Amino acid sequence: MSLRSPLGKVLGRGSAKQGVSHWWMQRVTSIALIPLTLWFAYQVVHLPTANYDEVRAWVASGFTPVWLLLFIGAVAWHSSLGVQVVIEDYIPDKAAKVSALLASTFLHIVVAVAGSYAVLRIAFTTFSAG
Amino acid sequence: MRQRPLSPHIGVYKFAYTMATSIVHRATGVVLSVGLLALAGWLIAAASGPEAYAIAVAILGGAFGQLLLAGWLVAFSYHLFNGLRHLNWDLGRGLEKHEARRSAAIVVVATLLLAGALIYAAFFAGVPR
Repeated sequence: MSLRSPLGKVLGRGSAKQGVSHWWMQRVTSIALIPLTLWFAYQVVHLPTANYDEVRAWVASGFTPVWLLLFIGAVAWHSSLGVQVVIEDYIPDKAAKVSALLASTFLHIVVAVAGSYAVLRIAFTTFSAG
Repeated sequence: MRQRPLSPHIGVYKFAYTMATSIVHRATGVVLSVGLLALAGWLIAAASGPEAYAIAVAILGGAFGQLLLAGWLVAFSYHLFNGLRHLNWDLGRGLEKHEARRSAAIVVVATLLLAGALIYAAFFAGVPR
């Protein structure tokens, strides 16, 4: 016997009203992040020095801006989903929980947009041989 | 909130090191989320000009900043390998207790190797790209 209504069953969205989308997108972003994070880690640890001109030349070189934008987007999305669960688990007070969730969501979007803008700005204002 | 009876929580269980690998996954995830802020700050500084970038380098290039960078490399290595462990579980594989203990040990060893290699490359090697 099931206590779920026929409508609830066919909608398949559960008590959080989101179905499996949170779980699924966390997996999708995690798979995307395997190559993206390895690429990023390899790149940053091999920057011979991290001085201003060299970092800008690296950001602007070849298809690096594309990978950086994908990396920033996937990390921000994955991080947003993860921090959301941490907040939901550890903050019992409803008002504090909702406030923290809003702050986290807004901050992740701001970071993703600002970081992406920074990459584009460097890419379009730096002349690079790469 | 109304006081309600609580079911037994983690305190009733005997400690197993797989419990540590579980909470460390969450902890390293939060640490890496903070790293995302630093990454965005670094890129924004580089996009803003030499003066702004000098401030970012002063923060990240100091002893505390370098410690943070090394910490993020360790956290990334762990979160990557334990994340792969989770993805394997999602396929329904490796869920037996002895398998989970073995994969936990593999994750720790792989983390030490990758984090060691990354820290070496970042701080000691000076390898040209």
